[in-house]
Amino acid sequence: MTDIMGYILIIIGILFDIFGCIGLVRFPDVYNRLQASTKCVTLGTILLLVGVALVSGSGPTSAKAIICAVFILITSPTAAHAIAKGAHASGVNLWENSIVDKYAEEKEN
Amino acid sequence: MITLFYIGLFVCCFLCLYRIGRGPSAPDRTVAIDILGIVIVGFCAILGLATKKDFYLNVALAWALLSFIGTIALAKFLEGRSFDD
Repeated sequence: MTDIMGYILIIIGILFDIFGCIGLVRFPDVYNRLQASTKCVTLGTILLLVGVALVSGSGPTSAKAIICAVFILITSPTAAHAIAKGAHASGVNLWENSIVDKYAEEKEN
Repeated sequence: MITLFYIGLFVCCFLCLYRIGRGPSAPDRTVAIDILGIVIVGFCAILGLATKKDFYLNVALAWALLSFIGTIALAKFLEGRSFDD
């Protein structure tokens, strides 16, 4: 039973990974790509690691998989935030159909 | 089943490599490198599940750490600051 649940979680996780990477290729702008791919791939990889932990049962493998999942849950939004700030500071323009840029308004004031 | 997992993760890796090669600016490539690192962590977990060896999870942990540090360093470089700032 836990095997079936684990494999279902792994399949959902890999589907989220693929959708995130398609967003990375198809979206028009650095910021759009960042928000699509980071959220989708973080959730997908966490689901994949939890599924691996469920399939492999109790033992060192599942403990390491859970530690890895928690680490990715903490670090991936941090890295995305740093990249977004760095991209804005390095002068990458927004997509032409974007309508608001609160960070630039904040820096002007 | 495991072969399907491999194919899905290979598709992810090649989409990220396409964006690394094609990306018009440096932040695009940085985003793609970050995503590629996270996908490879999942790939190591699937390898550990397929071969029943648990040192692949050690590789995944080390890869997650190094990917995070490399992404932070690239982001600081993009921002135009030095590493001890």
